[in-house]
Amino acid sequence: MNITKTLDAKGLACPMPIVKTKKAMDSISSGEVLEVLVTDKGAINDIPAWATAGGHTIIQQKTEADVLYFYIQKAT
Amino acid sequence: MTVNKWTAAKVARKVIDQEELFILDVRNTDAFEDWKIEGQNFEYVNIPYFELLDGVDEVLTKIPADKEVLVVCAKEGSSIMVAEMLSEAGREVGYLEGGMRAWSSYLEPIKVADLKNGGELYQFVRLGKGCLSYMIISDGEAAIIDAVRFTDVFLDFAKEKGVDIKHVFDTHLHADHISGGRHIAAETGATYYLPPKDATEVVFPYTPLTERLNVKVGASQINVEALYSPGHTIGSTSFVIDNRFLLTGDILFMDSIGRPDLAGKAEDWVGDLRETLYKRYRELAEDLVVLPAHFMIIDELNEDGTVARRLGDLFKENHGLNIEDEAEFRRTVTDNLPPQPNAHEQIRQINMGKIAPDEDEQTEMEIGPNRCAVR
Repeated sequence: MNITKTLDAKGLACPMPIVKTKKAMDSISSGEVLEVLVTDKGAINDIPAWATAGGHTIIQQKTEADVLYFYIQKAT
Repeated sequence: MTVNKWTAAKVARKVIDQEELFILDVRNTDAFEDWKIEGQNFEYVNIPYFELLDGVDEVLTKIPADKEVLVVCAKEGSSIMVAEMLSEAGREVGYLEGGMRAWSSYLEPIKVADLKNGGELYQFVRLGKGCLSYMIISDGEAAIIDAVRFTDVFLDFAKEKGVDIKHVFDTHLHADHISGGRHIAAETGATYYLPPKDATEVVFPYTPLTERLNVKVGASQINVEALYSPGHTIGSTSFVIDNRFLLTGDILFMDSIGRPDLAGKAEDWVGDLRETLYKRYRELAEDLVVLPAHFMIIDELNEDGTVARRLGDLFKENHGLNIEDEAEFRRTVTDNLPPQPNAHEQIRQINMGKIAPDEDEQTEMEIGPNRCAVR
């Protein structure tokens, strides 16, 4: 997996992780992958819901040491 | 336009007074469909906040300009963002301080009745989750039944009323919410009672709550009498207060009955549930007023916000008390049960004293409706 960009949104509370994820997504090209690191638990449901609504694909997600990692491929 | 901060207490007033309110819920759709602020005259629209990042212009037509509008989210951050956007678009709106977390935690104490010699009975209505707790007050003393985990609410209320908490009871080992009972007892020196059959795995000391245990509150001797009524759990115990009120715990609700499966023993306990509802309760006076540990839907609230109905009326109207055929009863309470409450197994572990997660984790576990009943 090629990660084009990483967004560190750890420590940020809702809605900032999504606000920043959207901005970061706007800055990459179709098919590229954004890595997002968040600690806000609301993101577990909100990031996939936001991504799906925008046609993006979550290609992987994991939790390590209380940090959630999302790998989102931009819609083509 | 201004953005107004609403407290959960203000929203609770709207619910109890059956006022109108338009709620713009900006949580994701799954969360909204699972659980929301219920009001008889509330209207809702659910638009997740992440669909509004580019602006609210497209949704303005969905939001009435001539009604009070409250924006709600999980904690409050997103609702503030959306409320500010609406405000910039010329709308006057409010947001719920603390979001659905605060709503889940809010308790409204409502007086159910005056008891003899100046005694009082209060019901603490947790509107956001449907939990009901009770406080009996008499001559400077108090007893509490099925306290939820917000111990300060009970301690402050007792202080305000100038009463010492002497007895704290849990009708059973709860699976849908975290009990505050033993913590209140520890703080006040009160006796904490739990049914021994539900307490085989608890890791703290307690006083056994057994059949016919009789406790008097205050000099006027308000009677609190235990009645063994298994079925939701094997230890479930009801109380008769002052020979007027029947506190049913999670055995009998207004329009539903307790489910027997939350400790994984539906098949074993269904017979106990039948026995309690169709024999033990039938022997009681029909004029007793039933006070349960939960309500399921907001329509069950009386005009004053209490949840209370005459036992005899429930015998007539509650479907769960009117299933003559035993096999059909068994099917009703074991098949097609609603989903189990969020994190119910972890909540049981907390209530046994086996685990002690932090405040945030406890809040997360308790999110959502209580789901203790079967209709």
